[in-house]
Amino acid sequence: MANAIATAHEHAHQHQFDDAEQQHSASSLGMWIFLAQEIMFFGGLFLAYLAYRTAYPHAFVTASHHLDVQLGTINTAVLITSSLTMALAVHSAQLGKQRLLLVFLVATLVLGGIFLGIKSVEYSHKFHEGLIPGPFFSVVSGDSGQQQLFFSLYFAMTGMHALHMIIGFVAILFLIVYTLRGKYTAAYNTPVELFGLYWHFVDIVWIFLFPLLYLFGRH
Amino acid sequence: MHHIVPLRVYFTIFAALIVLTGTTVWAAFQDFGVMNDVVAMAIAITKATLVVLFFMHVRYSDRLTQLIVSTGILFLMILFVFTMADPLTRGWLPLPRP
Repeated sequence: MANAIATAHEHAHQHQFDDAEQQHSASSLGMWIFLAQEIMFFGGLFLAYLAYRTAYPHAFVTASHHLDVQLGTINTAVLITSSLTMALAVHSAQLGKQRLLLVFLVATLVLGGIFLGIKSVEYSHKFHEGLIPGPFFSVVSGDSGQQQLFFSLYFAMTGMHALHMIIGFVAILFLIVYTLRGKYTAAYNTPVELFGLYWHFVDIVWIFLFPLLYLFGRH
Repeated sequence: MHHIVPLRVYFTIFAALIVLTGTTVWAAFQDFGVMNDVVAMAIAITKATLVVLFFMHVRYSDRLTQLIVSTGILFLMILFVFTMADPLTRGWLPLPRP
């Protein structure tokens, strides 16, 4: 999409659009409709969590105590900071500051990498503690099945979130390459802006996952 | 064409998000009874709203974008309310269990 748009002329737009402004509105609209669909996609996972937590509150509290609040809190801070650097990247792009855009995109990439790194450490802890649902689940108690349900949802929700992070990670790499080629100017920076929306959305998903999975029933 | 948000806004929102993260962790270890969940969700919704309005520029967007965001949230609410209306109200009437 982005690379098809000529960058030679400042106000270039594809032939089906009246002008660059209309082209930008159309791109933005498409991204928002995609995000509305993403709300419903994650909504289904959150609903499954809510329904089973309502059904088995005790087992869910017991199971959630296996999660590491400290690592969860650090990761929340890392992700919020990456949202800030992404917002600053969009800001730099809008002002046509290509060097700063590059700096903030790289910062976002690094912070996203740190988040995924910490997440993989957590996953390997869960693996070694035998908290993977299935025949090797190590918690022996009357509500073992219900606790496995919690961990199934934990891995489905954080896994789906991590997959979105990985896709975002790859997308930033592309943005960095195009930034190095000088594609984004004050007049044309739609891909940076729309990717920013995606990145912030992934941040919002984590903002809800963190209290629901890590902080539930701690007192 | 684009609304340029002042840098001060981004840093203020970032500070608010970090403070709210600290608050929600602190609140999780206090005993507020049933209010623990309410507090945690209120903080999460506040944080999400700040991100949507300022980082995602919805406060400065055109009405069509705002309509799509609102519609997404509305349908999410329909999904939650209509589904949970069943399990949450079971046992309210003295009917024999099947």
